[in-house]
Amino acid sequence: MKRRNFLKASWLGLLALAGGESAFIGLKFVSPHVDAGEFGGLFDVGAVDDFPSGSVTPFVNGRFYLVRLNDGGFLAVYRQCTHLGCSVPWNAEQQQFVCPCHGSAFERDGEVLNPPAPRPLDLFALTIKDGQIRVDTGKRIERDHADDRYVVYPEATA
Amino acid sequence: MSDFVQRVVESISRGEPLTPTDDRSRMRAVMNNLVLHLHPSKVAAPSIKLTYTWGLGGLAVLLSAVLVVTGVMLMFVYTPSPDTAYQNMQNLQTDIRFGQLIRNLHHWSGNAMIVVVVLHMLRVLFTNALHRPREFNWLLGLSLLLLTGAANFTGYLLPWDQRAYWAITVGVSLLQYVPVVGEGIGRFILGGPEVDATTLTNFYGLHVAVIPLMLFGIMSFHLWRTRKDGFSIPRRIGTVISEKVERVTTIPHLISREAVFALVMIAILLTWAALVDAPLEEAADPAHSPNPAKAAWYFMGIQELLLHFHPFFAAIVIPVLGLVGLVVLPYLEPDVDGEGIWFLSVKGRWLALLGTVMGVAGTVLLVLVDEYVLNLPELLPSLPTILSNGWIPLAWLLGLLWLYWELLRGLFRAYRSEARLSLFCLLLASFITLTVIGIAFRGEGMALVSPL
Repeated sequence: MKRRNFLKASWLGLLALAGGESAFIGLKFVSPHVDAGEFGGLFDVGAVDDFPSGSVTPFVNGRFYLVRLNDGGFLAVYRQCTHLGCSVPWNAEQQQFVCPCHGSAFERDGEVLNPPAPRPLDLFALTIKDGQIRVDTGKRIERDHADDRYVVYPEATA
Repeated sequence: MSDFVQRVVESISRGEPLTPTDDRSRMRAVMNNLVLHLHPSKVAAPSIKLTYTWGLGGLAVLLSAVLVVTGVMLMFVYTPSPDTAYQNMQNLQTDIRFGQLIRNLHHWSGNAMIVVVVLHMLRVLFTNALHRPREFNWLLGLSLLLLTGAANFTGYLLPWDQRAYWAITVGVSLLQYVPVVGEGIGRFILGGPEVDATTLTNFYGLHVAVIPLMLFGIMSFHLWRTRKDGFSIPRRIGTVISEKVERVTTIPHLISREAVFALVMIAILLTWAALVDAPLEEAADPAHSPNPAKAAWYFMGIQELLLHFHPFFAAIVIPVLGLVGLVVLPYLEPDVDGEGIWFLSVKGRWLALLGTVMGVAGTVLLVLVDEYVLNLPELLPSLPTILSNGWIPLAWLLGLLWLYWELLRGLFRAYRSEARLSLFCLLLASFITLTVIGIAFRGEGMALVSPL
């Protein structure tokens, strides 16, 4: 390789490097990040016994409903409609979630009762330890169908 | 002393007299002025007829200038934070002198700009001034249209009322249906999973800095290319442009027209802004979606499509197909020499009308059928909705369009250019019809209602 070509290639390489660095820094600078305690973090919502079977309790800050199914299992259901992102209120009269925007309706466990929603309401990861319920709003679970795979049951009381 | 003043003035104008009187110095004055030199120094007299250009390009420039001035004024009284934004808006409307007027001007100019840019594009298309050598300038214009849309979309959120919050929520949610990258892009734009404080600062930065800078950069490029590519010259069907078409100096012929036109437009804009207030609803409440939650009016065509198609098709496939069509359009070689002629030819005019009527009637018919008669997912329960409500209806529609094309080419013996024009009119009319249905005929739960 001639010295001229080598220098040319070096300058071009350095230029590419500088461009890449700038792009990386810029991208990282504007990328979203989540602080603990905000939405996107962990929520300690209370004791198992606070929530009777068949109850749906909204948590406004965590943007989810804590659902206790009739068989005693727990789900943390994200309130955002899977169609176009509206907030879905619980309709206690009809015993279902009904989206005001485009009329999607969901079962207590999030299953779609009425389209246009393409999939059940999303869930957040939920754990129960020593009778205390914890919801991780950073871990969203998308489902094609609402089965009992994600239902969490309290540990049997001795 | 007056010698010194004269010396300073000359240094600014690069030695040109301030009021040039002969053609030659008028042309030099255009060339030696930073702003004016985006104009040619001489133009063909017929090209600047009001009934040819309708002043639409100039009007878009005027509106963007009004938007910068009023926008900067609004920046002085607005903080992009959920804690303050809505209060700022109320303050603006009740406390700050002329606050409501400035907000109205900004709001209506922004909305008007979308309409004006689209009309400008249609004017260029219908007078066939988009082919060689202007193809690339058409693309620049197209990117200006997209940037105008982006400016409106980002500005929509800033008042932080219910209308703003949910329109942006619904708008960005459309992205989640883009395969693979959609959800990531949506998250990036919002700065998190939902519309919140981060979204507001993101949109603010884009709205006041990034988009205007890009808009003005590309706009200058667009104007300069217009000068370089030459203005198209209007003519009647069956005539050719004579070699001796009259050419006049930009100063004063074009400049004075632009100035008068701008003054009239500013008068109209001020009157409108004084009489009609920009909407402001209740403060944004992330927990309660209004019913119905509609996107911004310029997205209502797409939102209407969403009621009929699987979201992947309504929000992605069909808009992308439309955009690709607009990009390719200027590069399709015309087989009719129609530059400067409205709708190409006599037949072209009739076929454009036919396309428009078919577009309106067909869309109304299809919307009604889909609403009351046909439910494809129910008819084909074994198929996933992406087939039954996506590929299958789209294939049918494309088949119908192909039939229409064959009809134009076969029965009407239309040239390709004429058939393309007619097809474009059909699709445009269809999109406008969808938008009107979405804005005026959709009520609670997005059911069809009478607007009265």
